[in-house]
Amino acid sequence: MKLELLTALNEERAARRAAIVVTDMSSGVQRLIKKHDGFGDDPLFDELDKRFRSSKSGMIEDENGQAFFLTVSVPPPRLVIIGAVHISQALVPMAQLAGFDVSVVDPRTAFASADRFPGADLCAEWPEAYLRDKPFDPFTAVAAVTHDPKIDDLPLQTALSAGCFYVGALGSRKTHGKRQDRLLSAGVSEDAFQRIDAPIGLDIGASSPAEIAVSILGSVISALRQKPTS
Amino acid sequence: MATYSDTDDVLATAATWAQSGRQIALATVTETWGSAPRPVGSHLVIDDEGNFEGSVSGGCVEGAVVAEAVDVIRTQKPTTLEFGVADEKAWQVGLSCGGRIRVYVEPVESPA
Repeated sequence: MKLELLTALNEERAARRAAIVVTDMSSGVQRLIKKHDGFGDDPLFDELDKRFRSSKSGMIEDENGQAFFLTVSVPPPRLVIIGAVHISQALVPMAQLAGFDVSVVDPRTAFASADRFPGADLCAEWPEAYLRDKPFDPFTAVAAVTHDPKIDDLPLQTALSAGCFYVGALGSRKTHGKRQDRLLSAGVSEDAFQRIDAPIGLDIGASSPAEIAVSILGSVISALRQKPTS
Repeated sequence: MATYSDTDDVLATAATWAQSGRQIALATVTETWGSAPRPVGSHLVIDDEGNFEGSVSGGCVEGAVVAEAVDVIRTQKPTTLEFGVADEKAWQVGLSCGGRIRVYVEPVESPA
């Protein structure tokens, strides 16, 4: 491996960007694929695309039987929950078990208390303050569950513009309709708005807070692992 | 899941060692069969004095990988090693868990 390639790989990792090192096993020649820069022209496009999704390293062969090893480097997925509500209390441990780095953000200190969220990364601040420290990125999922536009709207807009892999918002269709009016007049495009998962979560008839947490986590995992169905 | 937490320190250490002028090799688990202890993509970095960081097997075969890596550093030619119960004739070491792994060992080019 050239030191130059190793340094470039470490730069991508430090910036929470996905990358794959392709090693030609017969010659030892290597190249670095930065997901951020696009790889649409790459002869191994399908395999690279699949590997970025699964985040699994592995050996592959091209159509000529040539062996390549793909070292996949993907940042750990994060889930940022806006709203320290009852659903969040169930969602935090579930998402942690599933391997997510989980944060809960809620400026209402009565909600965002360590007693209610033992062991969670809890931020009892406005989302603006949280975002200054930890900006959203494409490996972040954002679930806004406060029902309060003053708290939810800004992180939703930020999540859409940052290309978060999942953006979901709690609320009925009526609430979501009002949200659409607000966000569109704030400059969010119609296409971007349609990326919001609302009503939030998989349609599994969830009713209790814990069941809703399961449906949200299911949607987040689906967005992380499956190709978008458009 | 191959996330940074598995490999973070090893690749950062590799870069730091190389930048400080040490001759190093990088070992990577490329294939596993059965109950291999470390997933594909796991790294071990080795310098020419046999110092190492990371793991490719959780301790079973690191000694042999390190010895081989010192040769790789000397020859500057990558090589692929295989370990496992099926290969006891070829190797003095094996995986006690009964699995089998293949490890790619490559030199990391030093700064000119």
